[in-house]
Amino acid sequence: MKELLTGNAAIARGAYEYGVTLAAGYPGTPSTEILENLSKYRDVYCEWAPNEKVALEVGIGAAMAGARALVTMKHVGVNVAADPLFTAAYTGVNGGLVLVSADDPGMHSSQNEQDNRYYARFAKVAMLEPSDSQEAKDMVGLGLSISEEFDIPVMLRITTRVAHSQSMVELGEPGSREIKPYCKDVKKNLMVPAFGRLRRVSLAERMDRLAAYSEQSPVNFVIEGDNKVGVITSGISYQLVREVLPGASVLKLGMTNPLPLNMIKKFAARVEKLYVVEELEPYLEEQIRMLGIEVVGKELFPVTGEFDQGLVRRKFAEAGVLPAQAREQNPAAGLPQAPPRPPVLCPGCPHRGVFYTLQQLKLTVTGDIGCYTLGGLPPLEGIDTCVCMGASIGMAHGIDKAVPDLKGRTVAVIGDSTFLHSGITGLLNAVYNNSDITVIILDNRTTAMTGHQDHPATGRTLMGREAPEVDLTMLCRSLGVKRVEVVDPLDMARVKEVIQAEAAAPGPSVIIARRPCALIKREARSAVTVDQENCKGCKMCLKLSCPAISVADKKASVNANLCVGCNLCVQVCKTGAMKGGSADA
Amino acid sequence: MLKPVDILMVGVGGQGTILASKVTAAAARAVGYDIKMSEIHGMAQRGGSVVTQLRLGEKVYSPLISEGEADIILAFEQLEALRWLPYLKPGGAIIINNQQIYPVPVLAGAAEYPAGIIEQIKDRVADVQVLDALKTAVECGNAKAANVVLLGALAKKLPIEETTWREALAATVPPRFLEVNNAAFTAGFNFGAGC
Ligand code: SF4
Ligand code: SF4
Repeated sequence: MKELLTGNAAIARGAYEYGVTLAAGYPGTPSTEILENLSKYRDVYCEWAPNEKVALEVGIGAAMAGARALVTMKHVGVNVAADPLFTAAYTGVNGGLVLVSADDPGMHSSQNEQDNRYYARFAKVAMLEPSDSQEAKDMVGLGLSISEEFDIPVMLRITTRVAHSQSMVELGEPGSREIKPYCKDVKKNLMVPAFGRLRRVSLAERMDRLAAYSEQSPVNFVIEGDNKVGVITSGISYQLVREVLPGASVLKLGMTNPLPLNMIKKFAARVEKLYVVEELEPYLEEQIRMLGIEVVGKELFPVTGEFDQGLVRRKFAEAGVLPAQAREQNPAAGLPQAPPRPPVLCPGCPHRGVFYTLQQLKLTVTGDIGCYTLGGLPPLEGIDTCVCMGASIGMAHGIDKAVPDLKGRTVAVIGDSTFLHSGITGLLNAVYNNSDITVIILDNRTTAMTGHQDHPATGRTLMGREAPEVDLTMLCRSLGVKRVEVVDPLDMARVKEVIQAEAAAPGPSVIIARRPCALIKREARSAVTVDQENCKGCKMCLKLSCPAISVADKKASVNANLCVGCNLCVQVCKTGAMKGGSADA
Repeated sequence: MLKPVDILMVGVGGQGTILASKVTAAAARAVGYDIKMSEIHGMAQRGGSVVTQLRLGEKVYSPLISEGEADIILAFEQLEALRWLPYLKPGGAIIINNQQIYPVPVLAGAAEYPAGIIEQIKDRVADVQVLDALKTAVECGNAKAANVVLLGALAKKLPIEETTWREALAATVPPRFLEVNNAAFTAGFNFGAGC
């Protein structure tokens, strides 16, 4: 039976069919739906770990002990998980271990577009790259068997367009979930220097054997075509090349570490002109050049952003491979530019008032990763920085220690899930090194941005079981924070008062702004109404950046279909024109 | 030989583009199309632009539609119709829901919602269909079925039988909403005839 599946759903299906016993990950676009789908099969144990490093360690443990394991994360998550990854290549596995790295060319939903194919080469693990959902499912199975046969973790590298595109997948029957026997073997699994050196040699041998395998792997194959033009490609770019150059010879690489170097040499020798089409970095191109082969790659194709067939066609036309394109008349020529429609915090979002206040107080605010990063965009503009998960606290501390003018004026904002991911150590450091910073934990009781996943403070697991809830107040106190305040972020007067007091107070403070995300807990409140008499058209309410409020002809109005009655605008309005919703409707 | 069709569905988060693309994919599958479909929905919040690229053919490689390649654009909102117009193929068709949803820069007074979008598109594109899907859906019994009104209008343009569409719709929407959705589909399909 065939089904139309996203790449992520297909990977989940693969894990189910190919005997994965345990799966772990941390939510991150575009990888999140893999575990969400897999957890629905119920036969596979799935969990959200607090961060990617823990998730991979959980997977390594399961695999060493003999089970097949799948670990999922977005590309930047692999940075967090890099430490265990590099040494897991030394130890190897027992049951198969597949690590899914979901890269995001074009940065649809990420802070950078790093090319994680280099991780496979750097860490010396095998890498597979599917180009559609069927391959994504099949490569889970292939990856698990390669992992077991060559005693190595396998990275399954996907990109947004593979993860989130749907195509037909042939479903198979689930196989058994066998657990291989576990034997204690310290020379293999206990990486002290003496044993590490042995495994380093073994790793080199394993990579040699893998390179030989890559030459015959069914996922590396040639599509015979016209020998004037040959294209080497992998992943989604393969689909674009097939679309644009249906007659060309193509070497499709499904296994991209180690590369089948002989196959590449042979392919290069039989075509007149060789191209490599790959998004992001010249990963394939550099290795092809190292073979002394002349190839056109990044001199033609961009190193930034995502490709589509229009771009590939244009570039091949530029290179003279395709006839020059007649410039079609663009139906939009001469039309006004459409104003952007950026994502905004939802109506009733508990974060909104905090950013409004931070901007009013003119504090220096280091931010973090989550919905609340949107609080940095106009008109809220309540955050100065966003670097990586957990960075807000360390950065605030650095500012506090280095720049006297900003001392006592620096605040870190971080979400609950992000705080548990990698904020705790930053806070520990701030306490240890006697910081004066204030940390605001925006506790909306979920991982909102990626679609509301549970975490250690929500009281529920990915499989839907009840779990102990981390008490954030006690956690901060136990780290040594003396001043911990909990506020309702919809009470703006109180929020302002507490932020002012804590910013001025010596030593590190934590403010927990607690209210569930407006999308998971709808308060039954009626919409705000605007008293047209009293509204002076001052536009103060617009500074809240609530999509329910607009001002036309010097009068504010509230869209009753969108407004959830959070009453922030009522508190901001100085003329009393906004009439609050009551807690009934 | 199935005629290849590239469809771009554009709108604003929360307008129900995903359901429309699901039903279309199901109907296309039933008649034997190969399908690739790509969705960018970005972050959890509502209110951003959403786009679904749906490609039908005997064999489809790329899941994407490039500028100037869409046979049909189904626009759930006027500004999004304007934004994605460069993706329309010369001679392609565009179906526009006349709803206007102001983005935050417009609400905040930092940008203007362009006037006369539909007229200007009509000046340039021969095959333009404009619907008031929201009003039609309300007449059919539920404002939320506006997406299915638009789906009905799209269905008319594709080489797939009406009964196949009805089956795909029935298999996708919850049974208790089927009646209103069927009515909404009919209204879109017989656009002009009302509910
Ligand atoms: S999803 Fe929740 S946390 Fe995110 S913007 Fe909306 S209300 Fe705020
Ligand atoms: S209009 Fe006012 S009360 Fe309604 S959601 Fe927006 S800020 Fe809250």
